[in-house]
Amino acid sequence: MVRNDDGAGAPAKAPAPLPGARLAPRGGTAGHLVKAALLALSAGIAVWAALPLIAAGNWFGLAAVATVTAVVFRVYLSERHVPAKYLLPGVLLLIAFQVVPVLYTVGTSVTNYGDGHRGTKEQAIAQIEAASVAESEGGQDYVLTLAARGDAATGELVFLLTGEGDRVLAGDEEGLEPLPGARTGPTGKVTEAGGLTLLTAAEAGERSEEISQLAVPAGEGAGIRASGLSAAYEGRATRVYDEGCDCITDSTTGEVYTADDERGAFVGEDGDRLSQGWRVGVGADNYARVASDAGIASSFLSILGWNVVFAAGTTLGVFVLGLAVALAMHTTRPLRGRTAYRLLLVLPYAMPAFAMMLLWRDMFNADFGLINRMLGLDVDWLGGTGTARAAALTINIWLGFPYMFLIATGALQAIPRELVQAARIDGAGAWQAFRNVTLPLLMVAMAPVLIATFAFNFNNFNAIWLTTEGGPFPADSPMAGATDLLITYTYRLAFGGQSAQYGYAAAISVFIFLIVTLISYVSLRRSAALEEVNR
Amino acid sequence: MRPRTAPPRALAGAAALALAATACSGGGETADEAAGTLVIWADPERTDVLAPFAEEFGQANGVQVDVQSLPVDDIQGDFVTAHEAGSGPDILVGAHDWIGNLVQNGSIDPVQLPGDAQERFDPGAIDAVTYQGRLYGVPYAMESLMLLRNTELAPDAPATMEELVETGTALKDDGDVEEALGVQVSQTGDPFHLQPLYTSAGGYLFGTDDEGDPDPSDLGVGTPESVEAMEKIAELGEEGEGVLKRSIDSDNVGSLFERGQTPYFITGPWSLAAVKDAEVDYAISPVPGFEGMNEARPFLGAQSFFVASGGENKVLAEEFIVNNVAQPELATALYEADPRPPALVEVFEAAEADDPDLAAMMEAAEDAEPMPVIPEMSAIWDPFGKAQAAVIGGEDPEQAVASAEKAISEQIG
Repeated sequence: MVRNDDGAGAPAKAPAPLPGARLAPRGGTAGHLVKAALLALSAGIAVWAALPLIAAGNWFGLAAVATVTAVVFRVYLSERHVPAKYLLPGVLLLIAFQVVPVLYTVGTSVTNYGDGHRGTKEQAIAQIEAASVAESEGGQDYVLTLAARGDAATGELVFLLTGEGDRVLAGDEEGLEPLPGARTGPTGKVTEAGGLTLLTAAEAGERSEEISQLAVPAGEGAGIRASGLSAAYEGRATRVYDEGCDCITDSTTGEVYTADDERGAFVGEDGDRLSQGWRVGVGADNYARVASDAGIASSFLSILGWNVVFAAGTTLGVFVLGLAVALAMHTTRPLRGRTAYRLLLVLPYAMPAFAMMLLWRDMFNADFGLINRMLGLDVDWLGGTGTARAAALTINIWLGFPYMFLIATGALQAIPRELVQAARIDGAGAWQAFRNVTLPLLMVAMAPVLIATFAFNFNNFNAIWLTTEGGPFPADSPMAGATDLLITYTYRLAFGGQSAQYGYAAAISVFIFLIVTLISYVSLRRSAALEEVNR
Repeated sequence: MRPRTAPPRALAGAAALALAATACSGGGETADEAAGTLVIWADPERTDVLAPFAEEFGQANGVQVDVQSLPVDDIQGDFVTAHEAGSGPDILVGAHDWIGNLVQNGSIDPVQLPGDAQERFDPGAIDAVTYQGRLYGVPYAMESLMLLRNTELAPDAPATMEELVETGTALKDDGDVEEALGVQVSQTGDPFHLQPLYTSAGGYLFGTDDEGDPDPSDLGVGTPESVEAMEKIAELGEEGEGVLKRSIDSDNVGSLFERGQTPYFITGPWSLAAVKDAEVDYAISPVPGFEGMNEARPFLGAQSFFVASGGENKVLAEEFIVNNVAQPELATALYEADPRPPALVEVFEAAEADDPDLAAMMEAAEDAEPMPVIPEMSAIWDPFGKAQAAVIGGEDPEQAVASAEKAISEQIG
């Protein structure tokens, strides 16, 4: 490749053609137009993404957008970087949808992020103080009218408070004073107050935050606060944060809650914690929790074992069944209604899997299910370990075999019939011909699909969650059921309690990620070895 | 089958999906709602009823009101996530037992009802929305489990569980019905629907702390009382009377009663519409307790309005809740759309005369206790449900309760 050394301007001479460069559209007006349009589009997307980022002050995000856009322009405007032109879209998508989520998950796994620990410490303090405002004992209720000194949008906010006997007080940040010249309507709302601008609901709505913040001093730390647009009450915050001791004092009980920055919560002397916490880093705590959990240690191997059986069994089942049906349909003899049969066979694949799984679950019901009724059985299908596993496998195979049938039909049709005929002429039996001629040729097309089927079913959450929900659960293990896959088991561990513990869930996800990585590594090594043999 | 070639992208993709499924989406910055637009989130059933009132409120106050409908199963989670991202609504409509989780995430603010407004509500409903000594929502409707009976099959309300089992089993033995009692258990158990039996037999879930809230440090599951209660429940299970069955679940229990295949149905007001459509002659009575034991105490739920702490228009939201929800008109409309006992006493009294079911539902809710709002409650459902299913299936109650207790304690931490 010839380097263009004269810096700016067009290259003095065209760079040496790269392999495949002849194929690239070069110089075509349409091509240039498309390229310009795509670049304009990416610039447009960048601007569209940048504006809210600027508004939110997210400079890191802005830098990322700028970098990506710059790279896109550099790669596509330059004559060089030809391989990059092909790789860039894929690489960007890979980063956006694979690398970032993985990094984000790993990042989350070292925090206590989850319900009760979502925001920052400042937010938690603000929430604790706001939630602690209690109406003063015997404090008066007022009818409230919102007003401002001067302009409605910017003037200083005043609470006009109508108390007993329609006496009106004006309250602001300084305190309360009587407002003699005010007139009140039938509800007690002030209709006219000399010199003050009364706020309409819409104007008050604009200043919502200011109104919520204002507490008119009413002595002894109490403040008069608004409750909506037309009521006010005297109350005080019973829990107040003190920066000096980094603690919150409850003035009614006298209890002091000290900030524990390792747990992300305010903890009292007796170990009680305030429910509003914040997000902190917890290091490897989540991993330690997974590793030291006795329940996980005792059930992990059995779940993994069943998980492999489920994935392998499904793969084998759909392969055998799909291939058998495809072979049956692949007869040379005329078969009436072949298309109708094929359509019927594809039906399970065409119907929504979610609905089918729920339907199957009901068919396996011990008392009301179709299967027991039709066969006159009294089997508690979903209540026993072996039967529940058989049921889960049956359902999954039924759902999966039509796809394998389609693939096998296609692959069979691609194999020249002459090969089998030749084998038969050479004296091979039907089975021999199939075993030694058809099957090896078939496997070329089928093997990748089978691998993908195995990998998919290894983490087939729906197939279990919508049918057995992992059950049955023996009396001694409510967390690990007989048909649980790793993915359903870990989902239950992390989210089963309905309250979300994202940090812990992320740590578990990282473990699953490692397991799947290990499996793919092993199978990659195996497939590499196979390719050597094939060559 | 031995794997031969592995498509690495498919595997990596599966892994990333697994990760993405559990990882929460990042704090996406969403464009703020225009100030002056009051946003209300409710489930689809309420939105239609709310819309005209919201419209009227908007016109009276010169503001835009937008009632948005969210699927009932997602609304709480979406609300917390939206609050975190700063793009949530101003008002949330939902069940009172969300309060604990909403408060620990700082996503709702206490409500201040003026003067004696609290006294106009049913005390049970006010109790339900009170948490840590603060009123966190304004309730509009209540619900609790009750016993529906098919009056053609079982004319009289059973006074005890034993009586119910006797009548039901006799009908079953005669071949008039298929099941003696319809109560959903399912393979994973259902602590909500078994709560009346569990409490009647002496079990409890949490003790009570000084503020009147459930006390997570006093877990009732695993106590000797809970084992005894589960032993009592086992007597009705598959190895006992065969009245409680895992094969009966939320999908088939309704149709059992609607088709006259069971004389009794333990359910809540939500099932009434379908029962009426099926034209079953029914009557409502409280869920009976076991003979000589405690009263059956189902959970009391209170549907409520909450003020979002992160809303742009908190003042308007408070105004809407205090001056609309606490007034009879809206509560009446909500009652008419979905007949559950209204929380406002005057609305209840006005409706009671025309709707005999209402008084019966209220009687069924008499002994009900508010469903615990503490976040720790969410740790109960799954493990305890499975223990119940195992016991009903005939396994040892002591072992099942002990392992449920262990799982719950680990979750609560």
